[in-house]
Amino acid sequence: MSATAASPAAPAAPPARGESPTRRAIRRFVRHRLALAGFIVVLAFVLVAALAPWIAPYDPIATSWSRIRKPPSELFWFGTDENGRDVLSRMIWGARASLMAGVISVLGAVLLGVPVGLLAGLAGGWVDAVISRIADAMLSIPFLILAIALAAFLGPALENAMLAIAITASPVFVRLSRGMALDAKSTDWVEAARSLGNPPWRTAFVHVLPNIVPPLLVQSTLSIAEAIIAEASLSFLGLGQQPPAPSWGSMLNSAQRFLETAPWLAIAPGAAIFVVVLAFNLMGDGLRDALDPRADRR
Amino acid sequence: MSPPMLELTQVSVEFPTDRGRLRPVDGISFRVEAGKTLAVVGESGCGKSVTALAVMGLLPQGAEIGGGIRLDGEELLALTPDQRRARRGGAMAMVFQEPMTSLNPAFTAGEQVAEALRLHQGLAPDAAFARAVEMFARVRIPEPERRARNYPHQLSGGMRQRVMIAMALACRPRLLIADEPTTALDVTVQAQILALIDELKTESGTAVVLITHDLGVVADHADEVVVMYAGRVAERAPAASLFARPQHPYTIGLLGAAPRLEGGVARLASIEGTVPDLLHPPPGCRFAPRCPFALDRCAQQPPLAAILPGHDVACWRAPLDTLLEAAA
Repeated sequence: MSATAASPAAPAAPPARGESPTRRAIRRFVRHRLALAGFIVVLAFVLVAALAPWIAPYDPIATSWSRIRKPPSELFWFGTDENGRDVLSRMIWGARASLMAGVISVLGAVLLGVPVGLLAGLAGGWVDAVISRIADAMLSIPFLILAIALAAFLGPALENAMLAIAITASPVFVRLSRGMALDAKSTDWVEAARSLGNPPWRTAFVHVLPNIVPPLLVQSTLSIAEAIIAEASLSFLGLGQQPPAPSWGSMLNSAQRFLETAPWLAIAPGAAIFVVVLAFNLMGDGLRDALDPRADRR
Repeated sequence: MSPPMLELTQVSVEFPTDRGRLRPVDGISFRVEAGKTLAVVGESGCGKSVTALAVMGLLPQGAEIGGGIRLDGEELLALTPDQRRARRGGAMAMVFQEPMTSLNPAFTAGEQVAEALRLHQGLAPDAAFARAVEMFARVRIPEPERRARNYPHQLSGGMRQRVMIAMALACRPRLLIADEPTTALDVTVQAQILALIDELKTESGTAVVLITHDLGVVADHADEVVVMYAGRVAERAPAASLFARPQHPYTIGLLGAAPRLEGGVARLASIEGTVPDLLHPPPGCRFAPRCPFALDRCAQQPPLAAILPGHDVACWRAPLDTLLEAAA
C-alpha cells in the first residue's frame, strides 16, 4: 500500500496519521504529474543559469565577422546572430537575466506587499482604506504599462527593470494578504493568541503569516511567470538588460529584423520564454492543488 | 479578609453604532474569591461574554468601558495597553467556547502551549516545550509526549479543549475565565472538562469565572452565581441559596421552577417575549415587559438589594417566594 501505486480506480492512500501539513503537501505535489514536470523543467533552467560560465560553449558577447547569421549547425547548435555571436551561449547566459528577474522581483513584491497587506487587514480603519485604494489604483493600470512607465522613469538597466516589476507586482500580494488577514482576524485562534498576551506585531507575523503561506506560495509561482514575461518585454523595449549582455527579451528584439532570413534567432528565445512560463504556471497549479486543505476530504 | 481576586464595580460597556449607542453591559458588580467559582448565567446577548472580554481587555476598538475592574487589588482599567497585555495569559487567562477553532492550525498543540510560557516566563523554546508536555499530562491528555507534537486537526474536540485549558493554566493565572467552555462538546466530555477545571482550581487557588447558560453546570460547579438579564445583574447569590430560593422572576423562569401559585405556572415555565432591544431598552426594570408580576413601579429600575445575607436581587417585589406563598 504505497502512495505511488494508487491507480485512478483505487482510492488514494489514506493520509498517514501524524503527517505534518508540509509533508502532506509534498506528497500530493509529487503525485501531480504535470506539476512535477513543471518543477523539473524549472529546476533544469535554474541549473543551466547557475552553471552558465561552465556549460556555455562560447563567450556570449564575443563577435565575429566571419560567422554572421549562420543557421544552426554542429558547431553552433542554435546558429549565430547578426554580430556573429553564438545563440546557444547567449541563451544560457540570458536565462540568468530572465530567472533572476523573475525570482528577485517577485521576492521584492512579496517583501513589499505582504507586510503592507497584513497591516491593512489587521489594523483596519483608515489605514486599510488608504492602503487598499492605493493598491486598487495600481491594479487598475495594466501590468506591463505600469512596469514600462516605472522602468522608463528609473532608467534602462536590469536592476531597475526588476525594481519596476517588483513594485508593479506588489499590489496583488497586498490584496491577497489583506484578505487572508481579514479572514484570520475574525478566527477564534487569533482571539486566543491575543488572550495569551501576544503583541499585535507578533500576532501578525507569528500567528497569521504562517497560515497564509500556502496561497502566497501559489501566487508567487504564478507571479514569477508573469515577471519573466515582463522582464522579456522590458528588455525587448530596451528598458531591461542592456547590450551587449544577453537576455531573452533583447535577443527577440534584435531577431525581429531578420525574421524571414534568420528565423532561428527568434525561435530559440521565444521557445525558452514559452517553456519556462508554462513550467512555472504548471508548478503553481500543482502547488495550489497540493496545498488545498479541502482536497483530502473530497 | 483578603481582597477578592476579581472585583467588578459598576462596570459598563458602550459601543457607538450607526443606530445609536449600544450598552450591552450596564452597571455590573460582582466579586470572586481565590479558589472559588463564580458562574455568570443568562441567555444569549445578555452581556456575559462582553463582560468577560472587558475583564480580559479584548473588546474591539471603539468600545468604552466604565466602572472599575480590580484583579487582586490592581485596577486594570488604569493600566496602559502594554501593561494589560502583560497580564493576559499571565495573571489572567481565558478558555473559549469553540475548541475546534481556537487553536492555530499551523502549529502543533505543544508549541501553542509553549508559546504562553515563552511570552510570560521567558523560557527558551526547548524548556517551554518540556513544560508544555508536563501541562498536557496535568490536564490528563494521554500520551502527552506524542499529543504535544500533533496538529490541532489531529485532536478531538475534548482533547483540544484540554489543550486550551493547558494553555490558559500554563502560567498559573490567578484568574481563569471560561466562556461556555463545554457548549461545543458532548455531554460526557463536558463533565470531564468541568471536573478538570474544578480540580486545577482547588490545586492552584485560581479564581474561576464560569460563563454558561447551562444551569445544571452551575448547580454542580459554582460557588456563587450572577444572573444577568439585558446587561444588568438580576440576581446575585450563593449557588445553594439561588437554587433553593430564587427571588427574581427571571431567575425563576430560567430555573423552570414551578411556583406554587396556580395560574402563573404555565407562563413561568417558558418566559414569554424576547430579550429587549439594547438600543432602546425599556425604562426601569428591563425584565418588566416579560414579567408576570410587573407593577407600575417597575418603570423605575429597582436597586440590587439584599433580601438574605449574601443574596441580592434587583426586583421591587422581592422576596418573591414569600409573595408566592402568601398567594397560595
